[in-house]
Amino acid sequence: MRLPQIKPLLLLLILLASAATSAVAQDAQPLAEDPILEERVMAVSKELRCLVCQNETLADSRADLAVDLRNEIREQMKAGKSDKEVLAFVTARYGDFVLYRPPIRPTTYLLWFGPFVLLLGALIFLFRYVRQRRDLIVDSPLTPTERRRAEDLLQADPGETSA
Amino acid sequence: MIRYLIPLVLFAGLVVFLAIGLGRNPHEVPSPLINKPAPAFQLAQLKDPSKSFSAEEMRGKVWLLNVWASWCISCRDEHPLLLEYARAGAVPIYGLNYRDKREDALSWLSELGDPYVLSASDLDARVGMDYGVYGAPESYLIDRNGVIRFKQIGPITPEVWEKTILPMAKELNK
Repeated sequence: MRLPQIKPLLLLLILLASAATSAVAQDAQPLAEDPILEERVMAVSKELRCLVCQNETLADSRADLAVDLRNEIREQMKAGKSDKEVLAFVTARYGDFVLYRPPIRPTTYLLWFGPFVLLLGALIFLFRYVRQRRDLIVDSPLTPTERRRAEDLLQADPGETSA
Repeated sequence: MIRYLIPLVLFAGLVVFLAIGLGRNPHEVPSPLINKPAPAFQLAQLKDPSKSFSAEEMRGKVWLLNVWASWCISCRDEHPLLLEYARAGAVPIYGLNYRDKREDALSWLSELGDPYVLSASDLDARVGMDYGVYGAPESYLIDRNGVIRFKQIGPITPEVWEKTILPMAKELNK
């Protein structure tokens, strides 16, 4: 008897849920007719900086230029170009600066290897510093009187020493 | 004594690097197109779309390609200077009307004056993409062999014109 009452409510909920998801889907950028291609477009776009708003990736940006470039990337991939070729197309026009991961070449050696050189330098410094400090510690053995006092203190009744 | 100077020297070095880094304009990204052939294009002319304009036609001339749009505020700042330089006539200035609407572009020119020998309509910004345009105004100085020799990102300033573009154009015209 209860079931028929629940059904319309359930239906309404499902309808609302689907309406909500479709609203979200409309919000997203160009709907993909080919999800695999779209995934590639987005993967490559995430590697690229949008030059109009430089802290955003090409995938996130809503600038006109970013939209155009994403369309261009999509077109080129449809035409059968590899990810590498597409990246080469963009860097030929906008320079290496658009790459979030700059290529390793002589001008970027400092960028890529600098931190490791600094780390190595810091380790060498630390190693030498610690060794130097070790040399500063002079081993001074206890005299027999000191040893006896220490033993007395260690064996003494705690109540007695605090008094 | 030297022990205590080391941190000071390191700090001074850091300050120098930071000062250089902060003094730069992060929006000026060096173009990889400098000293490369200007990408070829063939576009309709803004004023008379039945006629076309191509970079190829400019072979043998030193010229300036100025990327502009009616929506571009900095272009408005740059505009009086361009009018002045066009009158002086040292370097022919050609326009690339970028990502604009034709009517808007035409009324912009009739309102503010037209410094361009002619403007080409790059309404869908395809040519702009080939030239690595990411913000108007941008200007390219192109030599007789069709090679880009200099790119100004952002409005041309009197300083850039006097100290860089004019001397370069004179040298290239020799």
